Amino acid sequence: MYSTKYVKPNSTSEALEAIKSLNEGKFLAGGMTLIPTLKQRLASPDGLVDISGCKLDSISDEGETLRIGAMSRHVSVAESAVVKKVIPALAKLAEGIGDRQVRNRGTLGGSVANNDPSACYPSAVLALKATVHTNNRSLAANDFFTGMFETALEEDEIIESISFSKPINANYIKFPNPASRYAMVGVFVAQFDDGVRVAVTGAGEGGVFRHEEMESALSSNFSADSLKSINIASDGLISDLHASSEYRANLIKEMTKRAVA
Amino acid sequence: MSEGIGASVLRKEDKKFLTGKGRYTDDINRSGQTHAYFVRSDVAHANIKSIDTKAASAASGVVAVYTGEDVAADGIGGPICGWVVPCRDGSPTKEPPHPILANGKVRYVGDHVAVVIAETLAQAKSAAELVEVEFEELPAVVDLESASSSAEIHKEVPDNCYFDWELGDEASTDKALESASRVVKLQVKNNRLVPNAMEPRAALAEYDDVSESYTLHTTSQNPQLTRLVIAAFMFQIPESKLRVVAPDVGGGFGSKIYVYAEEAVCTWASKKINRPIKWTADRTQAFLSDAHGRDHINNVQLALDDNNKIIGLRVDTICNLGSYLSAFAVSVPTYLHGTLLSGVYDIPAIYTNVKGMATTTAPVDAYRGAGRPEATYLLERTMDAAAREVGMDPTEFRRLNFIPKDAFPYQTQVALQYDTGDYEPQLDQAMEMIDYKNFENRRSEAAKRGMYRGIGVSTYIEACGIAPSAVAGALGSRVGLYESASVRVDPTGTITVFTGAHSHGQGHATTFAQIVSEKLGVPLANVDLIHGDSEKNSFGMGTYGSRSLAVGGAALVKALDKVIEKSKKIAAHLMEASVEDVEFNEGKFAIAGTDKEKAFGEIALAAYVPHNYPHETLEPGLEESAFYDPLNFTYPSGAHIAEVEVDPATGVVEVVDWAACDDFGNLINPMIVEGQVHGGIAQGIGQALLENAHYDENGQLLTASYMDYCMPRADDLPSFKVGYTNTPCTHNDLGVKGCGEAGAIASPPAIINAVIDALSPLGITDMSMPATPLKVWKAIQDSQSVAAE
Ligand SMILES: Cc1cc2nc3c(=O)[nH]c(=O)nc-3n(C[C@H](O)[C@H](O)[C@H](O)COP(=O)(O)OP(=O)(O)OC[C@H]3O[C@@H](n4cnc5c(N)ncnc54)[C@H](O)[C@@H]3O)c2cc1C
Repeated sequence: MYSTKYVKPNSTSEALEAIKSLNEGKFLAGGMTLIPTLKQRLASPDGLVDISGCKLDSISDEGETLRIGAMSRHVSVAESAVVKKVIPALAKLAEGIGDRQVRNRGTLGGSVANNDPSACYPSAVLALKATVHTNNRSLAANDFFTGMFETALEEDEIIESISFSKPINANYIKFPNPASRYAMVGVFVAQFDDGVRVAVTGAGEGGVFRHEEMESALSSNFSADSLKSINIASDGLISDLHASSEYRANLIKEMTKRAVA
Repeated sequence: MSEGIGASVLRKEDKKFLTGKGRYTDDINRSGQTHAYFVRSDVAHANIKSIDTKAASAASGVVAVYTGEDVAADGIGGPICGWVVPCRDGSPTKEPPHPILANGKVRYVGDHVAVVIAETLAQAKSAAELVEVEFEELPAVVDLESASSSAEIHKEVPDNCYFDWELGDEASTDKALESASRVVKLQVKNNRLVPNAMEPRAALAEYDDVSESYTLHTTSQNPQLTRLVIAAFMFQIPESKLRVVAPDVGGGFGSKIYVYAEEAVCTWASKKINRPIKWTADRTQAFLSDAHGRDHINNVQLALDDNNKIIGLRVDTICNLGSYLSAFAVSVPTYLHGTLLSGVYDIPAIYTNVKGMATTTAPVDAYRGAGRPEATYLLERTMDAAAREVGMDPTEFRRLNFIPKDAFPYQTQVALQYDTGDYEPQLDQAMEMIDYKNFENRRSEAAKRGMYRGIGVSTYIEACGIAPSAVAGALGSRVGLYESASVRVDPTGTITVFTGAHSHGQGHATTFAQIVSEKLGVPLANVDLIHGDSEKNSFGMGTYGSRSLAVGGAALVKALDKVIEKSKKIAAHLMEASVEDVEFNEGKFAIAGTDKEKAFGEIALAAYVPHNYPHETLEPGLEESAFYDPLNFTYPSGAHIAEVEVDPATGVVEVVDWAACDDFGNLINPMIVEGQVHGGIAQGIGQALLENAHYDENGQLLTASYMDYCMPRADDLPSFKVGYTNTPCTHNDLGVKGCGEAGAIASPPAIINAVIDALSPLGITDMSMPATPLKVWKAIQDSQSVAAE
């Protein structure tokens, strides 16, 4: 790790001010991704702005939507009575992230801002028609994720919270990479009055994506059977040591079946 | 409750470890300490055109920067090979130089090119980025099968072949293959593993310019050997001028047997800068530069007669030994592998040829089991393949070929002579434990759930407590394989044991104390163990090859016998009787036929306060030592049975049940033994299902972190059913055989046999390690497309 400055402001506006005073500052949330990157000297920000004091960790039921603060740790989401009641699939997703230590530190905002192609949360954001609220705008999930490790966030823009639409029914099934236990394929299925959304993480070369064919099949018949005739194309899917694109295609269908079973 | 032999007492050392009070090399700090960071090659194979250290030397906090030229200028040699073998053509093993900082060439990603020593680790790292190395890249040599026709790695090693060795009778074996009614042929690969001890390697080196001597604290399984090698062979200084201490060491699995470049560089440089130097590997460096394990390709041919009796076995092996020859790299695939090829079977003709190859990958050496897992894997896979071919149940086929229990001592065709063993009861017990006879019901029940269930057997033997020195020497070992022990009795009867073995997780502080408690009748709490310090301990060979108890424990018994013998003389004097009449039982010396007795503590006191003492015939004090060089290896054996379920939709293999029945001879602490069995099986499950060190064609290690290298976790493992049989070892006083590696040796073929059995309804007859979800799913897909054609 290179030496760097560290500040811990008490509000979003102070955080924004702090980051503007740095050349290549970075927001620090749970640090589960950022700190290892620094330790391996893969990044050398001139300062870290720790946003854990910015009061961004509330979780509230807002009628149509469930709003979760960006600094909410995975453990808080997993254990939240509100989340468990309103969107239990989201609590289950959070519970399945990493290990206990990671869940005690890692945050919703950090995960979504980072948009790791193998991260779990982006699939929930996409499937649950979420809105990402930043310090100066609100972005629909469809517009937020722009590619592997890429988002629509501007430099020095901070995610404050995310509102998830409440589904009738939802489920997240993850096939973990045996080594890292990130999602090798993760499928979030959410059923709404106006149709079903299927978001796939861990598999796409461009990061998280929606599978429209499965969405329409499930929208007309919400059952594993309706997926039978669907052929998942392997082009555009990640191929690596652990899983070929064909295998990932198989897992996408299999995990989706399990999610609706 | 007894605290002696056979008692499952809790481990004396665990309070320290569980409360974070362990003291590892990296925990030790010295005033004036500097930090070393190694500049490593990021290419697999290259000539070094130039190294520019100017900018690094001038960087903030930098104390010194050294390269291979500085090492060569001081005449410092590299780590040596501890065991060599003759080649088939009579030529010796090719031993290329292994400079501790690269000299002219790099030969694997991670090869140490330069060292930067600075006031802080961060400064050393920053300066290391300024060292400019200009490489002229050469082709990487990664593929084992084509290594002999690939780019030359060492000019001393033609065709990249370190040795081409054979064992057994080729003519009679080939005759058996020709006359056989059936020859079962199989190629198996033993995947490459990274040891991954929890504590990475580390060194703290100091030089004292008054006594002109070095002290090295390091993560070693055998500090005395490290001292001998560095002092006598690498530095050519008097051995007494180097003290090596291995304090608490967090796991080794073989990888901490060898002397590595880094600790030697730090020791050498500590004199040059006359300040202490600390180095601790990070996990990436550990992945790149710890000696890896396994990496074999074995071609097996098994000859059967009309009655399905084995009449011959031929094994042609090529193994990957990596870029340099590590200390025991040569012995692992030869004398620790070829000699095990008879397994638990009566095989009248065996021949094996082993070629040890150089590649541009990290050195490969012993890893838990060392050679024996490779032998067991190929043999047990072949036994299953043969049983399948002849249509016999795999347990029945094994029984038919077991060495009968009345055949001991049994001389194999591959040099070893097994002293004892009885293999049928082990198999019976393991089958009982897992309810083998009702397996087909479980298979059909699983099929109803859409799962493929399979069962797999492995009946193994291994050779532990590597010895005797004379035999090892005749086979090419350059070291002896005895062990030392001293017993110091204090005036009040408390006891300190000094052993040349080294505990890095094995629990010696407990088991060795139990032996003392049993023999002298003293409480466990009164016995302390000192190990791992060349200044305190007698020369010994350290811990590996499941040898600590079978060799070190046996040495301890000899030393204790001497203590008892001397105590008896003191007792006889104190009680005015003749020595022959003194009996020693449960800590009391008594005169036969009288009510006279003295406690052990009273004898100790008399030895150190010798007012009334037989000075004419006996020295005061009570302290004895012994060296023990065994007459033979010990031969633990056992039967492991794994049951798995395969999910055809995902290819995931779940290990659902496990029965292990092992014969380790007598058990000193059954709880510790069970822990060793569990750990060994966990490692075997890791090898069979999860772990694989993967180099790409450019020689880059793609699995250099836990993001890609998959270690077994608790939820990958079933609950193990562990049982024992016991045929005590005949040639050590404890009747013990060793248990540290058995699980890792026995388990991989049990799992793969189970996976193949599970998938046999699909016509699948082969599966390589690790059987990852991807690989298993692919095999299922391929079998279905074959079926469709
Ligand atoms: C061992 C391990 C296992 C893991 N397993 C999983 C898994 O199974 N599934 C999974 O989904 N994830 C997994 N993760 C990732 C982890 O859960 C975190 O979600 C992830 O590390 C990012 O969150 P963080 O709070 O730690 O962010 P940080 O590391 O602090 O930050 C990550 C990036 O996001 C930026 N950032 C953070 N917060 C904000 C914000 N509010 N606004 C704008 N930018 C922001 C930072 O500047 C930085 O660039 C794992 C991580 C580890 C270390």
